[in-house]
Amino acid sequence: MKAQKQSLFDRRLLAPAIVDSFRKLNPASLAKNPVIFITALVAALATALLLRDASTGAPALAFSGQVVAWLWFTVLFANFAEAIAEGRGKAQADSLRKTRSLTVAKRLASPEAVTTTEVPATQLKVGDYVRVDAGEVIPGDGSIVTGVATVDESAITGESAPVVRESGGDRSAVTGGTRVLSDSLVIRISAAAGSSFLDRMIALVEGAARQKTPNELALNVLLAGMSLIFVLAVATIPAFAAYASAGSASLASALGSASATLPAPTSLREGTVSASHAGGPISLIVLIALFVTLIPTTIGALLSAIGIAGMNRLVNFNVLAMSGRAVEAAGDVDTLLLDKTGTITLGNRQAVAFIAMPGVEAEELAEAAQLSSLSDETPEGRSIVVLAKERYGLRGRDMASAHANFIAFSAQTRMSGVDIDGQVIRKGAVDAVVEQVRLAGQSVPPELLAETEKIAKSGGTPLAVVRDGRVLGLVQLKDIVKGGIRERFAELRQMGIRTVMITGDNAMTAAAIAAEAGVDDFLAQATPEAKLKLIREEQAKGKLVAMCGDGTNDAPALAQADVGVAMQTGTQAAREAGNMVDLDSDPTKLIEVVGIGKQMLMTRGALTTFSIANDVAKYFAIIPALFVAIYPQLNALNLMGLRSPQSAILSAIIFNALIIVALIPLALRGVAYRPGPAAGLLRRNLLVYGLGGLVAPFIGIKLIDLLVNLVGLV
Amino acid sequence: MTINGWLQILAYFLALLLLTRPLGGFLYRVFEGEKTLLSPALGPLERGIYRVTGVDARREQGWLGYTAAMLLFNLLGFLFLYTLLRLQGGLPLNPQGLPGVSPHLAFNTAISFVTNTNWQSYGGESTLSYLSQMLGLTTQNFVSAATGIAVALAVVRGFVRRKSDSLGNFWVDLTRATLYVLLPLAILSALALVALGMPQNFAHYTEATTLEGAQQLIAQGPVASQVAIKQLGSNGGGFFNVNSAHPFENPNALSNFLESLYLILIAAALTNTFGRMVKDERQGWALFGAMAILLAAGIGISYWSESQGNPAVAALGVEGPNLEGKETRFGVAQSVIWSAATTAASNGSVNAMHDSYTPLGGLVQMLNIQLGEAIFGGVGAGLYGMIVYAILAVFIAGLMVGRTPEYLGKKIEARELKLTMLAVLCLPLVLLGFSAYASVSPEMLKGLANAGPHGFSEILYAFSSAAGNNGSAFAGLSANAPLWNTLLGITMLVGRFAMIVPLLAVAGSLAAKPAVAPSAGTFPTHGGLFVGLLIGVLLIVGGLTYFPALALGPIVEQLALHAGQNY
Repeated sequence: MKAQKQSLFDRRLLAPAIVDSFRKLNPASLAKNPVIFITALVAALATALLLRDASTGAPALAFSGQVVAWLWFTVLFANFAEAIAEGRGKAQADSLRKTRSLTVAKRLASPEAVTTTEVPATQLKVGDYVRVDAGEVIPGDGSIVTGVATVDESAITGESAPVVRESGGDRSAVTGGTRVLSDSLVIRISAAAGSSFLDRMIALVEGAARQKTPNELALNVLLAGMSLIFVLAVATIPAFAAYASAGSASLASALGSASATLPAPTSLREGTVSASHAGGPISLIVLIALFVTLIPTTIGALLSAIGIAGMNRLVNFNVLAMSGRAVEAAGDVDTLLLDKTGTITLGNRQAVAFIAMPGVEAEELAEAAQLSSLSDETPEGRSIVVLAKERYGLRGRDMASAHANFIAFSAQTRMSGVDIDGQVIRKGAVDAVVEQVRLAGQSVPPELLAETEKIAKSGGTPLAVVRDGRVLGLVQLKDIVKGGIRERFAELRQMGIRTVMITGDNAMTAAAIAAEAGVDDFLAQATPEAKLKLIREEQAKGKLVAMCGDGTNDAPALAQADVGVAMQTGTQAAREAGNMVDLDSDPTKLIEVVGIGKQMLMTRGALTTFSIANDVAKYFAIIPALFVAIYPQLNALNLMGLRSPQSAILSAIIFNALIIVALIPLALRGVAYRPGPAAGLLRRNLLVYGLGGLVAPFIGIKLIDLLVNLVGLV
Repeated sequence: MTINGWLQILAYFLALLLLTRPLGGFLYRVFEGEKTLLSPALGPLERGIYRVTGVDARREQGWLGYTAAMLLFNLLGFLFLYTLLRLQGGLPLNPQGLPGVSPHLAFNTAISFVTNTNWQSYGGESTLSYLSQMLGLTTQNFVSAATGIAVALAVVRGFVRRKSDSLGNFWVDLTRATLYVLLPLAILSALALVALGMPQNFAHYTEATTLEGAQQLIAQGPVASQVAIKQLGSNGGGFFNVNSAHPFENPNALSNFLESLYLILIAAALTNTFGRMVKDERQGWALFGAMAILLAAGIGISYWSESQGNPAVAALGVEGPNLEGKETRFGVAQSVIWSAATTAASNGSVNAMHDSYTPLGGLVQMLNIQLGEAIFGGVGAGLYGMIVYAILAVFIAGLMVGRTPEYLGKKIEARELKLTMLAVLCLPLVLLGFSAYASVSPEMLKGLANAGPHGFSEILYAFSSAAGNNGSAFAGLSANAPLWNTLLGITMLVGRFAMIVPLLAVAGSLAAKPAVAPSAGTFPTHGGLFVGLLIGVLLIVGGLTYFPALALGPIVEQLALHAGQNY
């Protein structure tokens, strides 16, 4: 399930997709897509006409046959585009499905019960209690009632390192299909079989549960409306042509006379009537071809593939969107609420300076700090050892020989340290150290508080170091802002997205880090209520807000946010409240999620623009071909110099069908996306897909025409 | 083409550009109910009107209420005008003793004036009494234009208002548009035209003996007042049958310049009013830009084409531009400015015969109308027509910036799009549908004077003109027949109200939405890029629909012309 690179047309996906393209000819399935449904409808009509012509032995059957065949290819290629997009999801779903197979649950009558009954996991109901021992697969989604265990969630997340799950708190949710590695858990089942997280994931990646997104629905309205306009444009042609052929026929006879203007409307009238009775000179099959090339089949065919591919891109990124709507909303996000820790800063603080008190050598302070940290395995502790080594060349001593006794950090003392060679060294929170020193009746140098203040203002955390009751100085710990994050925020700002840093730190520290990281705003000492309030305020200003969260108390904010990404490690409540789940539980991904949403919308817009711009060339291919028999002058519109009317029509319809296949990779991969302001994106995309859409078919149809004539198809 | 001609065209655009902003600002203040120069004089009158009619100016209407009021008002206007025309024979101010108008012509004419089309199946001086002209037509010239402005205001309010269920008060918008805008402008313009020599009287037609000794009946009447509003209000129905090609309706070059300026003036100013209403004048300039570029392109193409002249005439040794059907007093440049502007602006008044333009010139005229009368367009109608295309443009291309489409801070979603497509569809439905019927119906074909592509152009032009509420015609068509009058009447109705009603529904739906805050990520709708996009969408979505029909009409005729074949 981990982002496995799929080649666009995996051979294993190809065959089932081809089969599916035929299966999707089922009218019920076609009806979901108005443009392709209309195409299939007129293709069926053209087939009927062809059969009638064949029975009456009408001329140009080979040509009509080819046109009809390409009409069907257009439908099949559209189906294929959808099938291949779905197929990519199916492959991912299959690997998920394996984990779901045939798990046996050990059901408990009550959480305290000792005896278990074995039932298939599929028969578990919401509210059942089950026991899962080491080595067993968790039979369904639930929350832990009792126990602590390490759980292997790689089946879902692809992350091989086990995670700890325990009852109560924010890590109590377990997911069906994951495996308990150690210890034993009692779990209350919270999702019935078939609606578990895993089931939903499978449905989502398969595209089975795919609902059309609001924008997709609206786009379908546009495409259907444009198709209707072209129904009018094409359906009126026979009448116009009947008039024209009657007019030109009677004109041909009058052309010799001095005045080319026909004096007698009556003759024209009669001519018209007879022409219309004869059905006009325009073949219906050709009109159908014109119609199909004009309606936006390209975007119509690729629309659902784009949507499915967008969801899949998220899945490859180990983010599950619970609805396509959420992906769309991600593109619209104006404000990103980002947790400081892990997103903006590295997870832990690091020592950056030793500040010695007057009368203390910096090296002396560094040595004491290093000694007190040698056995401290926290990242902060290790960073002190490293800093002392870097600055003063101090190497850790062999502790075993020094009769050292290490004192671990505790929440009560808020200090840690070492007793070594009769010295008592402690380091810890400044106020805790100060209190201890005062209790011991020693004095605290006045500079200590001044320096403490200074560090806090700069966004750092001071640790005081004390040896035998004498304050040596401070170690400055600092949040390390992630490399490159400032540039990311600048990019986001260019895209018009405001970033707000959420942190539990006090305002002073938060302001310093916010300034360093380059976020636009921050929310200090953030409580769940403050987050919710912030989201509501932003939304009241007409902005869409994205955030991520994991705890139960994040649930209201996650639900309120337009895009709420819940961490997979989070609680069930959080996962239910969000509209996306990040399987890697990496809050940084919020930024990528926005990018993926934007890319999906851009792909949709680019192909719509391309599809509509194509019409110009298609008109210039078919209109002269259609009318040249009536008015030879109209060959002047044959800008591409297509060989014959038949080859022109055939080339246009072939181009129209093939362009669908040619654009499938683009639909699946998404258009190239570089963050930037809207004006720049628009300029670039208009140039590529608007202008490209105007020019490409002129070249494409010409080439196909050459080929058609070379091979002798007409 | 001459330098002088291009300078005339340049002067036209310069004058338009200079007047847009000041007049737009004035309109904005009027419709926001702010104090203007005219308030001291007209304020009491406005309040008096509300008191008499029982309108509560502060009570706003939702989109349904607004639409209902608009439809009711227009229905009453139609019934009144229809009755008046039918009964004119027995009514006063009829010095020529003209009889009542036939039912189908009265139907056609009443619809024509209610829909701001002013299609003339009638001949002004030979069919209508002074009373019909003044009380019937001129009244509708004002209120149909005011209706257009009111609808445009309501549509724009849809974008401006947030989470609101009202679009304004139709009666107030109608009253203010008439009282503060159309009446004062018409009076000023009429006075200017009278000063330039246009008649304004209630006199009998003058009988004159010409130099050759023949008897001539010289028609006259309250011309200037009618001409001023027909130009300003995108009406176009002339006092005389030949409209502003008649010397009394267009006495000299200056009057011609002024009249062609009036064609576009209010429509241009409304783009600026729109910009001010959405609190960003650049938005208005973007629409103005797209309109101006398309108009200039149209003028340029027809100027080139008319200057080429007719090869068949050239073959006879007569060099020079195509002057057939043109007023020699005005020449080619002033004629093409007028013809492009009048078709673009849904006006329909003419100073030269459109039927006699080169096919390419005729193509420009027809396309201007078929693009949905969005190039400046009718008073108000052009603005909401262009907003339709703006909605389509942001929807088609807006996604390319990676956000769901929004225009002026409002998300464009399925409901808005459905209604917009409905409005877009109604035009080709009647235009192409009835043209197709007419081109195979023996009954309809009787009205054609010309055969071949040119005859087809006449049909296509007639239904384009009706659907676009333009009113001009290729004169070769004799459309005063029951079937023509009826079908054209229906076309005018659909072209007007089948567009307005869905658009008001769009406005209602938009007004109810919250606004999206703009940011650097928002699709920019005020720059040159958007102008280009808008033009592209207009030409592809609006124009390509008619490409097959145009190919069989003006396009093939133009190609044939240069192959030495005339129709």
